[in-house]
Amino acid sequence: MTLRRYLVLGLVALTSAFGDTSLAVGMKRVGPVSLSHPDALLSALRTPWVLGGVLLLVVFFASYLTALSWADLTFVLPATSLAYVAVAFLSKFWLHEQISTERWLGIALITAGVGFVTRGPAYTQRHSADRAPNPGFTGSLREGK
Amino acid sequence: MNLSSGPAIAAMIGAIVLTATAGDVFIASAMRSVGDLDHIKAARGFEGAVWAVVSESRFLAGFTCMALSFFSLLFSLSHADVSLIAPAAGSLTFVSNAVAAKWVLHENVDRRRWLAAVFVCGGVALLKR
Repeated sequence: MTLRRYLVLGLVALTSAFGDTSLAVGMKRVGPVSLSHPDALLSALRTPWVLGGVLLLVVFFASYLTALSWADLTFVLPATSLAYVAVAFLSKFWLHEQISTERWLGIALITAGVGFVTRGPAYTQRHSADRAPNPGFTGSLREGK
Repeated sequence: MNLSSGPAIAAMIGAIVLTATAGDVFIASAMRSVGDLDHIKAARGFEGAVWAVVSESRFLAGFTCMALSFFSLLFSLSHADVSLIAPAAGSLTFVSNAVAAKWVLHENVDRRRWLAAVFVCGGVALLKR
């Protein structure tokens, strides 16, 4: 794993957390959406918070795809969950919210989970039959971890 | 139908988890087939990397599932608190993804990765209370 790859994982984590938070704020402002008027979901996309959340999630998606091109799903998902911890610390030191004992325990569990996964290899090696790069691509295959 | 009732909210969370897991699995499978994007970009440029991704049928299936998951999330957030939807859907998706990665993607989900999925799942549930 190179520094650049850790930065990609960090980008996945941060854009996911801030994107979801923006969507939550936006949908609370939009109000309840009825099953009989699903088009209200599309009009919600025009509100600033929802639009901002969508833009952040576009960046998340691009970096997520990049990470999945050189790491397993079961490596990328836990490794990027540190975003939850970052948001908890931001809420304490920036928004001055109280963090309960339960939340500190949650932070400890996530940190331990990330520690477990990042100490192992990032990628499951496959036999050649299972590797099928796109035609025309002649670059070397990824390294083992 | 009361969309704020327990069974309705459980169904919404189930829809988010199911579509998110299917999306993650399809996209992970697509990216495994495409190969390292850094190398593809170096060889064929940015447009070549984009084309390598969007021309993969599993990517399109995954993207569709993720779009469904996104609108399921939006719909759920308009009926229930984010403090309920986010931890429930987020933590369950960690476990369902680990199971799917093991049985569908045949990833090497060893004891370390199972522990990571369970720890993160529990941590997310506690953190969002």
